[in-house]
Amino acid sequence: MNKVVSGADEAIRDIEDGMTLMLGGFGMCGLPEKCILALVKKGVKDLTCISNNAGVDDFGIGLLLHQRQVKKMISSYVGENAIFEQQLLSGELEVELIPQGTLATRCMAAGYGMPAIFTPAGIGTEVAIGKEVRNFNGKDYLMEMAFDADFAIVKAWKGDRMGNLVYRSTARNFNPVMAMAGRITIAEVEELVEPGELDPDNVHTPGIYVHRIFQGNDYEKRIEQRTVRKRDL
Amino acid sequence: MLDKTGIAKRIAKEIKDGYYVNLGIGIPTLVANYIPENIDVVLQSENGLLGMGPFPFEGEEDPDVINAGKQTITMLPGSAVFDSAMSFGMIRSKKVNLTILGAMEVSENGDIANWKIPGKMVKGMGGAMDLVASAENIIVAMQHVNKAGESKLLPNCTLPLTGVNCVKKIVTELAVLDVLPDGGFRLLERAPGVSVEEIIKATAGKLVIDGEIPEMVV
Repeated sequence: MNKVVSGADEAIRDIEDGMTLMLGGFGMCGLPEKCILALVKKGVKDLTCISNNAGVDDFGIGLLLHQRQVKKMISSYVGENAIFEQQLLSGELEVELIPQGTLATRCMAAGYGMPAIFTPAGIGTEVAIGKEVRNFNGKDYLMEMAFDADFAIVKAWKGDRMGNLVYRSTARNFNPVMAMAGRITIAEVEELVEPGELDPDNVHTPGIYVHRIFQGNDYEKRIEQRTVRKRDL
Repeated sequence: MLDKTGIAKRIAKEIKDGYYVNLGIGIPTLVANYIPENIDVVLQSENGLLGMGPFPFEGEEDPDVINAGKQTITMLPGSAVFDSAMSFGMIRSKKVNLTILGAMEVSENGDIANWKIPGKMVKGMGGAMDLVASAENIIVAMQHVNKAGESKLLPNCTLPLTGVNCVKKIVTELAVLDVLPDGGFRLLERAPGVSVEEIIKATAGKLVIDGEIPEMVV
């Protein structure tokens, strides 16, 4: 079992115009930055991107927006991006805002082979418009469908050629559930190791969910809000 | 009248030993600074962390360790990291004891609006809709009136809703109030130096005042 590809260009070689992609990350934390750069280089267009955020102007999905490669964003929060705002207001870009837990759980459902979930998030709000409501034990829930994505692109800390993945700290976020949810899942890792080097008890994403893996180099790992405290003198 | 720090300090008194707490962005974040030292509390950050600690010392920022506001933070001993689906799983299944968040408007039946202003760029609801739809104990930290001087405690919200019938308690610069099960804001405490009359004037929704209203201890 060898899922290793040479790099981001090979990993995304068959991503075509009009496809639906899941992209892991929370803000810029745990973002598959190498694959995003390769998608920018390849120039594929009319993408539907499922990702919690839309990057900033010059990093992350913001780079795809800049090249007008995105037709639709499905996100929970898109606040930090001027290009995004501009394209949304001009009607070039479609956006579907959904609650963050709903976004994560629709990924999870896909990875667990379940067609839909029921969640209370959005009941009584505009998120509920046009959706089926079911009452369980006296409380209303919205039916939300599992996502169907052509590709899921995730970033992990370590991985082996079998596709087993380990994430680091809060860079885990959406990556494990998206890894489970893509028809084809691409994982970029900071360190590619030999089978046996990852402790099976500590594998976060089992390799069965991962189809392609490569090691990216020189991760930028940008910080969105650098907050620090002073040392007591 | 309380400043933002005062609101945070007053809310911190609502946190009990053994609580798991989710703090929203803004005033709620400040609450972490005033949690009494003699109680054991774990902060949940919905991007996937239990055990959030203070900001890192300068030079020790780790881009892989952030909170839901995308700020660099630290992880305390005993922390646990998990994925986004599990994070909202523990919220939905009511394992998180207390949610503290900001609001633009709250109605007298506990509806909350805090994510969208028509005509303005919409940033998204993030995790707020999930939190308010599931949490059993929701405290709102906000100003009593908006910048135009209009009450934010209303008979009905005018802005698009984040959730319905969910807010239990509100702490503003003027007062502490709870939302009665049958509707109405019940005045519990006055901020130092604030009269009941001032609170009545600043509250557009139904206000219930029973007897003497004590001044809050901050």
